[in-house]
Amino acid sequence: MIQIRGHSFDPWAELVNYQTGNRILLSQAGATCVFVGTMRDFNDGNSVRSMLLEHYSGMTEKQLANIIDAAKQQWSFSDVLLVHRTGEIEPSETIVLLATWAAHRGDAYDANRFIMESLKSKAPFWKKEILADGKARWVEKNTDGYSQLPK
Amino acid sequence: MSIKVKYFGSLKQWVGRSEDELNFSVRISVKEAWQQVNIDKPMPVNTLSSVNFDYVDPDYMLNDGDELAFFPPVTGG
Repeated sequence: MIQIRGHSFDPWAELVNYQTGNRILLSQAGATCVFVGTMRDFNDGNSVRSMLLEHYSGMTEKQLANIIDAAKQQWSFSDVLLVHRTGEIEPSETIVLLATWAAHRGDAYDANRFIMESLKSKAPFWKKEILADGKARWVEKNTDGYSQLPK
Repeated sequence: MSIKVKYFGSLKQWVGRSEDELNFSVRISVKEAWQQVNIDKPMPVNTLSSVNFDYVDPDYMLNDGDELAFFPPVTGG
């Protein structure tokens, strides 16, 4: 399930709600991998007061669905829950929740990582930071998550 | 033929508007569409484009009714 939210949400409550009453999902999934992205109060050496997250409605949903379809071609997993914020966000609020359920941990981990990294480079969201002094600046580029992996 | 052109993120701020309507009689490419609606502004090198919610190259040829969008690199997640 893919959801775009214009208001704050508790990622752990979302997970509980999604799994409640879904015993088939849990009985099939030996592994659940969860990623939660949270807003920091600093970036590039500056204190950040808040952030505006804009997106391209329609294209966002299509690109996210394409990414999940691409993951399905490579890994075997039973379900995905993806919730992404838009609008005005404050530090410590959740930006993105991504959970993947699979029979085995390798698929759950790898599909989760692939979906998250693809989202970072393909899903049409744009962040504008409001700094502590009130000035605004656009975030120009996401970092490459894979470049942080040990060689 | 007529298409809608949308702008997002810092590019929307740079061009100073969120949307254009573009009419043309002979099919044009994405790159040519930019030149027609932004005569005084060359397309920034890092600009991405989409047509009907799919990423396309600047040479992609547009069709009547398409929704074209221009935007900077994405920064979600």
